[in-house]
Amino acid sequence: MSYDARFRVWRGDADGGELVDYTVEVNEGEVVLDIIHRLQATQSGDLAVRWNCKAGKCGSCSAEVNGMPRLLCMTRMSTFTETETVTVTPLRAFPVIRDLVTDVSFNYAKARQIPAFAPPDLAPGEYRMQQVDVERSQEFRKCIECFLCQDTCHVVRDHESNKEAFAGPRFLIRAAELDMHPLDAREDRADFARDEQGIGMCNITKCCTEVCPEHIKITDNAIIPMKERVVGRHYDPLVWLGTKIGLRKR
Amino acid sequence: MAADLEHFEYDVVIVGAGGAGLRAAIAAREAGLRTAIICKSLFGKAHTVMAEGGIAASMGNVNSNDSWQVHFRDTMRGGKFLNSWRMAELHAKEAPDRVWELETYGALFDRTPDGRISQRNFGGHEYPRLAHVGDRTGLELIRTLQQKIVSLQQDDERETGDPESRLKVFAEVTITDLLQDPSGAIAGAFGYWRESGRFVRFNAPAVVLATGGIGKSFKVTSNSWEYTGDGHALALRAGSTLVNMEFIQFHPTGMVWPPSVKGILVTESVRGDGGVLKNSEGKRFMFDYVPDVFRGQYAETEEEGDRWYTDPDTNKRPPELLPRDEVARAINSEVKAGRGSPHGGVFLDIASRRPPEEILKKLPSMHHQFKELADVDITKEAMEVGPTCHYVMGGVEVDPDTAAAAGVPGLFAAGEVSGGMHGSNRLGGNSLSDLLVFGARAGTGAAAYVLALGDRRPDVDQAVVDAAAAAALAPFEEEGGENPYTLHQEMQQTMNDLVGIIRTAAEIERALERLEDLKARAEHLTVEGHRQFNPGWHLALDLRNMLAVSECVARAALLRQESRGGHTRDDYPTMDPHWRGRNLICSADGDGIVVREQPMPSMRGDLLALFDTGELAKYLTPDELAAVPAPATPTDGSGS
Repeated sequence: MSYDARFRVWRGDADGGELVDYTVEVNEGEVVLDIIHRLQATQSGDLAVRWNCKAGKCGSCSAEVNGMPRLLCMTRMSTFTETETVTVTPLRAFPVIRDLVTDVSFNYAKARQIPAFAPPDLAPGEYRMQQVDVERSQEFRKCIECFLCQDTCHVVRDHESNKEAFAGPRFLIRAAELDMHPLDAREDRADFARDEQGIGMCNITKCCTEVCPEHIKITDNAIIPMKERVVGRHYDPLVWLGTKIGLRKR
Repeated sequence: MAADLEHFEYDVVIVGAGGAGLRAAIAAREAGLRTAIICKSLFGKAHTVMAEGGIAASMGNVNSNDSWQVHFRDTMRGGKFLNSWRMAELHAKEAPDRVWELETYGALFDRTPDGRISQRNFGGHEYPRLAHVGDRTGLELIRTLQQKIVSLQQDDERETGDPESRLKVFAEVTITDLLQDPSGAIAGAFGYWRESGRFVRFNAPAVVLATGGIGKSFKVTSNSWEYTGDGHALALRAGSTLVNMEFIQFHPTGMVWPPSVKGILVTESVRGDGGVLKNSEGKRFMFDYVPDVFRGQYAETEEEGDRWYTDPDTNKRPPELLPRDEVARAINSEVKAGRGSPHGGVFLDIASRRPPEEILKKLPSMHHQFKELADVDITKEAMEVGPTCHYVMGGVEVDPDTAAAAGVPGLFAAGEVSGGMHGSNRLGGNSLSDLLVFGARAGTGAAAYVLALGDRRPDVDQAVVDAAAAAALAPFEEEGGENPYTLHQEMQQTMNDLVGIIRTAAEIERALERLEDLKARAEHLTVEGHRQFNPGWHLALDLRNMLAVSECVARAALLRQESRGGHTRDDYPTMDPHWRGRNLICSADGDGIVVREQPMPSMRGDLLALFDTGELAKYLTPDELAAVPAPATPTDGSGS
């Protein structure tokens, strides 16, 4: 059951661009990325798009479909009517390089600011951890770094000036992952989230959780617990006292 | 041209940022060398993320009988004795250390009840051996190595003030040519930034190829667009050689429908948990395809096969669980006989065999995959599956200990782009361990080579650099030439139809004729647009590599007159001990590829002693068998 669909794809570069209209064949079972590939192969050989695995596992083909942050490979054409125009635009929170490809280096810069896993004083092979204890961090390690959460987060998306101070949901779950790692030797992950990652700027609208293709409960399982740790460590008088008199490690 | 060319100086350049490349980079940097990592995609997106099952390493956490010797033996059996035995030995010995080391980088594997790294069973492995994280082990591996790289950069920043002073990642850069001095020694690499289309030149005395496989030469593949055989082709053009290129693993169960997911893997566990293969007549056809060598080891009736799932001790396993190559061939035969599913596969049915809640519990990711990608509920409907090109056993001929590529000083290779380790067929789980073991060895090998060179660094003539630039721009020069996408599709169809899972001399010869034609047409490609992030241009350049690699596969497949592992000849359907002792070596000759036979080195006596004589007799010639020293002690007798 083929039909001709109407597509509007943003074409351009850092200097500007526009939505370009295409009429393109769609076959049963296809996803938006298939249609973009058909445009490349038949109408526009230089249409720029990132993609790798085409199975929702690498997080490369992030873009916005009808304004929603999506993986192009996981957006089935059957979710649109045949008469609907499908509009594909680049991630809005990041600078455009060309067409659907954006400069996501912001994310790699933020990744480099987080202190790395600090190994415990154990020989390789001597690590012992219980499954129930590793599962909390494992949830966050499912992250495929598609950066859809970064794109949708209004702290990043709507206020370019926030980018300096705010790490974004992807890296708040990285902080939570290390904080919850049973053998990470650092104790200051929550402090770092407060002082360097700007966790206080998040006001828990859960937009990030909604767009996560891995269904990671970013807000409930990472950001809120980290916020509570921040509050607990810095504003709880009992904790303050415990720290002062040496009952609690800083 | 000068304004158009960025220039960098490094000690070691790693081409490829999957498991092997990143592990090599860590080793080179830890040896104190300035190291560049070249990613064809963004950092952390390499095809390694697709690996599901796990990393094979004989840690013995689940069954303490496991040892490197048993792992070595399993690997040689899986490869039907065509493996480089030295590589298989190093791999089996070093894999546990490479896995444990990942924990010190922050990896979080699934655990045993006593808190160790859990290990799971997998095809061909005698004991539970695969360290894993659910079914996303590859993602854990790539992320762990990525984060280790970042941690080394943080160390460098503290020490030098610049995080990229010793280790820099060049994301979205494609290498198009290796640069060599007049003697042939490596002097660097040449490529382009995808983002801008501008050229980049690396001066470096050592290059490690870690570019992965060649799946994009085939129409149906589990591989991503990057898998265009770049490293294989770079090595050939530099004067090195490829080994075992005729051996390609077709995974029996890839998705065939819808088109958007054609080739995507359906894990072996579906069959392990009760799924069966049926043809269009509803028949469980695998019972008709048990080969003689396995007769007696597999159930002969559906009833017995079905009893095995709950009582494996007194029943034989169903033939759906034969080795990958056997199942893939059987599916292929059913489709060719006209008994395939509507979209050219067969049916994989678990819906009628297990209750929905059990399917959801045991196969959550497969349920998710079919639901999200195909809108198919596998608790209600059968899946359509067929063989998909998954892995190339062949690759750059390397020195097992240092990963140095044959014939080109300063060139190294590790991971899927290298050859020999897996012989004619790779076991599941042996790929991730291969990346770590030989990635580390390649990084160390390259570092040792550079340190031994001292100040005598090879230098490249400007003319060589200019020629590389001109070759890369050629597709923009031509007007009225062909569309690279069209040519690519024709090549994929040719390889799929004529050098696929079942081969005959006549078909391979036809493929070679078509490849010659495609090669000629590929000289006249036209791409539209300009150099900035232009996929048409990128494909035009990748095509040259895919065509060279495809020709290697076809020529070697024509020469090897036997069937073994990932090479099945309908006109030579059995294994031949004469061919067991021979590697086929591909090298470039002008525009073409030549293949020659090369005898394999004899296996060391202590390794031979791990097998009993009856088993060796299946693989060795009578002369080779007569030369085997009598074993001093019996093996543990588990040699089935």
